[in-house]
Amino acid sequence: MAQFFDRFQYAFFVHGMEAAIMAGALCGLIGVFITLRGMSYIGHGLSHSIFGGFAAAPLLGVNVLLGAGVWGLLSALAITSVTRRSRIGADAAIGVITTASFALGIALITKFGNKGPTFDALLFGSILGVSTGDLLLLAFALTLSLLVITLLYRRFLFATFDPEVADVSGVDVKKMDALLMTILSLSILSTLTIIGVTLVAATLVIPAVVARMLTNSFSRMLWISTLLGAASGGVGMYLSYDLDIPSGATIVLVNAAIFLVVLAVTGGRQLRRTAGMDDHQELPTKSTVAA
Amino acid sequence: MTTLVHVQHATFGYSGAPVLKDIDVLIEQGQFTGIVGPSGSGKTSLLKLLLGTVKPQHGTVQRTDGIAVSYVPQLETVNWNFPVTVDECVLMSRASKRLSPWATKQERADVASTLDRLGIADLGKRHIRELSGGQQQRMFVARALVRRPQLLLMDEPTSGVDVGTRHEMLHLLDELNRDGLAIVLTTHDLNGMASHLPHLIALQQRVIAEGTPSEVIVPEVLERVFGARMEVLQHLGMPVVVDARDLGVLGAA
Repeated sequence: MAQFFDRFQYAFFVHGMEAAIMAGALCGLIGVFITLRGMSYIGHGLSHSIFGGFAAAPLLGVNVLLGAGVWGLLSALAITSVTRRSRIGADAAIGVITTASFALGIALITKFGNKGPTFDALLFGSILGVSTGDLLLLAFALTLSLLVITLLYRRFLFATFDPEVADVSGVDVKKMDALLMTILSLSILSTLTIIGVTLVAATLVIPAVVARMLTNSFSRMLWISTLLGAASGGVGMYLSYDLDIPSGATIVLVNAAIFLVVLAVTGGRQLRRTAGMDDHQELPTKSTVAA
Repeated sequence: MTTLVHVQHATFGYSGAPVLKDIDVLIEQGQFTGIVGPSGSGKTSLLKLLLGTVKPQHGTVQRTDGIAVSYVPQLETVNWNFPVTVDECVLMSRASKRLSPWATKQERADVASTLDRLGIADLGKRHIRELSGGQQQRMFVARALVRRPQLLLMDEPTSGVDVGTRHEMLHLLDELNRDGLAIVLTTHDLNGMASHLPHLIALQQRVIAEGTPSEVIVPEVLERVFGARMEVLQHLGMPVVVDARDLGVLGAA
């Protein structure tokens, strides 16, 4: 038992645990909206886009976090705007805008050198080198997200489920979209240097998908996804210490294991719920209603 | 009668050629109107003009100050995998009122009484996918009614539903209209829906004809709207549309 707790005497481990749990909860919470809007790819895309911001900010003489955050937010708003206004789907808009930003980042680093965080830290994260500043930023992002989503819960729900009707029913859908993209950008920014580009996408999508398999209620989905994200962050971090594997990888593997367990327990029956969660075209037939 | 929405000389298009040209439509309190036309005739665009989600490039759309307009979307456009129960869906109509995730007692009572009025009181806890087509339509009507609108706009309310559900929906809408609610709906179902309504607008980018079913559902109008010759028979005082080619086949047989 003592062995279970011995690692908590190290400050770096405690900081890593705190960061992993907060990052997991934050991504689990935001991930619900992202997956239901058919923008699962946005976590992956935005983290690449923010990479461009990390490269460009030092060259412009701007604070790296601030510059990368603004860069990510502008990318997210551009994606939302293109998706809502044109016939281009969200996946295509994300593909175009974020990869262009990533390419720009590579070009800038190649030409002028890397003056911000290391390339490896950006791509794979560095959860054991979590600073107090990183923790404070994460705590701020999590608190802000919880506050905004709690207060505007019903507006976010309506704007996500049925944006057109929400708009004519008094919900400012554009404002809700912009607010969600701001929170998402802040979430990715605060978790990126800790978890890394690849893990951010996984922590946004997997808890939300598992939560959807477990419930038919939006409010319960939010709770389950947030708690699952936090739990898999904590367990993944703990295992990374034991197995000497990068914590980013263990957190994703814990998420994937939870997904497989839920899939096995439900016998795949609930997987159908997650198929095309953003699909606005399938009309239920009598057979699907009866099933 | 009080005017709710007045569209004057409105022209509208998404890009390139306009889908609506020089439209004049007047919607008054207590009116029950069906907009008929084939796919691509501009029915949904006209509904969106009335709703206010799109603006005309030319002309005006005047809405009486303070009126509440509710909209029921096509069932085909709804995301049935979305994790939401009937209660949660109907409550959405009150989304803009308060900064709180929890519904008030009054809001819950309003939802319960509206669901009860529409005959789906016991389905509040069900997921939206678990309802039949008719129940799904009633749920969206309930969501619209919870806003206490003066005007209800519905896009193809009987598209993709069976005959029984269509009759149910017609009776329900007739009842709501008798209670004073103005209703405008789009339909391409001439026999099953349009001929049962008190007032029709035949649309093919322009308003081709307007009036009672007997005035609008006539061969000349239908040919201009649908681009095909159709015969109109009378049955129990209502027009019944028959494809002229079918008559030819029947005659030959």
